[in-house]
Amino acid sequence: MKNILEVKNLMVWDIVSGKKIIQNSSFDLKAGSCLAIVGESGSGKSVTCRAIMRLNSTSLQQSGDIIFKGENINQLSTKELRKKRGKNLCMILQNGMTAFDPSCVVGVHLRETLAEHFDWSKNEAEVRMKSAMESVMLINPTEIMNKYPHQLSGGMLQRIMIALAIVLEPDIIIADEPTTALDTISQFEVVDQFINLRERIGCSMIFISHDLGVVRKIADEVLVMKDGKIIESGNTEKIFSGAKHEYTKYLVSTRMALSNNFKRIMGEGQ
Amino acid sequence: MGSYIVKRILVSVPLLLIISFLTFVLINLSPLDPAEVVLQAQGVPEITEELLEQTKEELGLDKPFILRYFDWFISSLQLDFGESYINGKPVWSLIGPAFLNTLKLTLISSIAIIFMSILLGVTCALKEGQVIDKSIRGFSFVLTAMPSYWLATIMIWYVSVKLDLLPTSGMVSYSSYILPVIVITISYAGIYFRNIRSSMLNNLNEDYVLYGRASGLPEKKITMHILRNSLQVSISIFGMAIPIILGSTVVIENVFAWPGLGSLSVKAILGRDFPIIQAYVLILAAAFVLFNTISDIINAFMNPKLRNDL
Repeated sequence: MKNILEVKNLMVWDIVSGKKIIQNSSFDLKAGSCLAIVGESGSGKSVTCRAIMRLNSTSLQQSGDIIFKGENINQLSTKELRKKRGKNLCMILQNGMTAFDPSCVVGVHLRETLAEHFDWSKNEAEVRMKSAMESVMLINPTEIMNKYPHQLSGGMLQRIMIALAIVLEPDIIIADEPTTALDTISQFEVVDQFINLRERIGCSMIFISHDLGVVRKIADEVLVMKDGKIIESGNTEKIFSGAKHEYTKYLVSTRMALSNNFKRIMGEGQ
Repeated sequence: MGSYIVKRILVSVPLLLIISFLTFVLINLSPLDPAEVVLQAQGVPEITEELLEQTKEELGLDKPFILRYFDWFISSLQLDFGESYINGKPVWSLIGPAFLNTLKLTLISSIAIIFMSILLGVTCALKEGQVIDKSIRGFSFVLTAMPSYWLATIMIWYVSVKLDLLPTSGMVSYSSYILPVIVITISYAGIYFRNIRSSMLNNLNEDYVLYGRASGLPEKKITMHILRNSLQVSISIFGMAIPIILGSTVVIENVFAWPGLGSLSVKAILGRDFPIIQAYVLILAAAFVLFNTISDIINAFMNPKLRNDL
């Protein structure tokens, strides 16, 4: 399979303190596949993903090559980069509640984004957005678009972001812990929507999570990060069944202990 | 939104009642006998008990306190604040034009303050830590630290006397506004723009900014979203600033000989002209309530979460 994204020697550091946050990371994303990045908080998962879209705050600087479809993102002008953001590289954030401007109805962000990337008429954009929202089980899309973020639930907002991604049809979707802020039932639904999304638009995906259960369900390959370094990577099943690194073994075993405990309480597996 | 506006206006009615009552009580707590003040002002050589009783009756001061309050309150609603103890003219004929003059100065200054605060606040936030941010903050710090009467005097000396560009004082033409407005703007905008700057910087780190950028929105649009959210704090502050300026132009009005409320109220206080003081306090209090209500309504318009709070 061809690589759609190749990250080579990515380094991210704080310009004030000089502290290195990401040290020499290299990894590839195959076209149409899903790469999960796992690791505990502060291991550099989010910073890595934001670095791919050059979205880190101005106090962080980055070097290395980020080759997307033959172009080095690190060398693009801001204008060229802006055209790629959303249209080619689409990000879905952890907390839907804070991802939309709290003073505007959610429709505003959707319309502004679509108007930025397509020459559609207002009506056409509206129709496409509505059908995408319906496909992620958001009934009454018109009503939802006229609601403020605080009037909707986290799961709904998460699905609105997914619906926007469906309309944008990006090459890569970067999902930054999209299930962490949700309750278990919404998590289940959102993960399903992510799986559908990949099947539907055939995009590649980078999925950050510390929920190994979700990762096992959705990812083809896994990258394990610790203290800003990639310590292990490979096929999902391989990581789960035969991790080489101590830290990965520890992550997998704690996860197993947790789910075994859960199964025992629920009376399964006897 | 409509019902919020109605509710918000209704809430301010009891507030005004309480304020008017307190105003009346406080002025009447004064140990001075108003009848005596009137007689002294009229230059009566010998004040006898009989004369005092007679004057009290004329002024209606012999009636019970509550009755006097209601009389005063009802006529105040019709802008009839009684007559000046000093020169016997109706209070409104004195305070009305003065209020209008001060209001003109205040509103023009407020527009200048809001404009400058937003301009400087946004510039500094977008250029955080850069030379322009640091120099604006440093320069404004020095200007804000200068007492306004001193700044006003320097400006009159340099601009009006030395360069002979603008009138030194009074309210003769549009050019009379320039210097007082500049002095008032400097002392307030220098404080308020910091507010806008810091709330914009807080908003810059919000997720919606990240998501906007990740969605490929241009910086201009993102800045508008940030501004809309940052201004909410500032609107309440601006709303309060207008009546504060209205009440504190005393210094500026005296330096520039502006025929406004400030000069009038100082004269009234020194002459113990109770009806004018009462009217002055009531008008200012009403202005506070009014602008507070307006800023709350604008805030509710900008921040949907507030609409259900009442």
